Amino acid sequence: MSLLQHLNKDFESRVRLGIMSVLVVNTWVDFLEMKEHLQVTDGNLASHINALEQKKYIEVKKEFVGKKTKTSYKATKVGREAFEKHINALEKLLRG
Amino acid sequence: MIQDVKDDLQHIRKMMEQSSRFISLSGLSGVVAGVIALAGAYAAWYIFKQHHINYFNDYRGGSTPGLVSQLVLLAIVVLVAAIGLGVLITVNKTQKQGLKIWTSTTKKLLIALFVPLALGGLFCLAALYHGLFEIIAPLMLLVYGLALINAGKYTFSDIQNLGYCEALLGIIAMCWPVYGLVFWAVGFGLLHIIYGLLMYKKYR
Repeated sequence: MSLLQHLNKDFESRVRLGIMSVLVVNTWVDFLEMKEHLQVTDGNLASHINALEQKKYIEVKKEFVGKKTKTSYKATKVGREAFEKHINALEKLLRG
Repeated sequence: MIQDVKDDLQHIRKMMEQSSRFISLSGLSGVVAGVIALAGAYAAWYIFKQHHINYFNDYRGGSTPGLVSQLVLLAIVVLVAAIGLGVLITVNKTQKQGLKIWTSTTKKLLIALFVPLALGGLFCLAALYHGLFEIIAPLMLLVYGLALINAGKYTFSDIQNLGYCEALLGIIAMCWPVYGLVFWAVGFGLLHIIYGLLMYKKYR
């Protein structure tokens, strides 16, 4: 099935799909907000974020708010395009 | 396989919606605000009567002592009651849905709504100060409509349509300023109730 080739392996996990979904409609979302949206544990979220960052799908920004660090994320152009392709592939599969 | 794809797409849509729009706005709060507005409009008419002014026959922007301050007081009571109950109902719905109320989306929604409202409110006060009573009802409708159109980005798009209705009604009201109070009651009362019921049915 050639259609399956277009499905991106990087987006197989629900958590990663969620992260990308949130980031295509919002710029700079911080870790806590992301956790609230996705309802996952810190460790789980962090590992998926790491994977997406390594693929250069998301950009990471760390800053100090008072004494705490705040980490925020943004989708890169590459990430947006990859995600869009993935959604298109999903939709094609659905239409058969 | 197909079910997985469907679930994936649904998950994507849900995450996009939930993270960018405030989806706990309750239709009931619209209905309640509408009822309060209708009561307020009736009370305003009654205050005019107490001052021996028949709003629809004699009222041409004149004023007797105490009239304006009574009307302003009434307006504040109506505003506080409508917003207060609306917030209460919406917070309640959010908790039932198991969502957080104070998110960045909520903040964006409130800023988009209240900044134009506050600026318009100040403009209304200036008009009041100069005794331009007949433009206040149309102006309130217009400002409220524009604020809703602006805030609609961050919640159900129906709110934007309500905004267009309110703004249009404001313009029509400005053509017949004598009926300002009636248009006000239609805009803040009737439209709120109709929209509230529609949204209640749609998003329960």
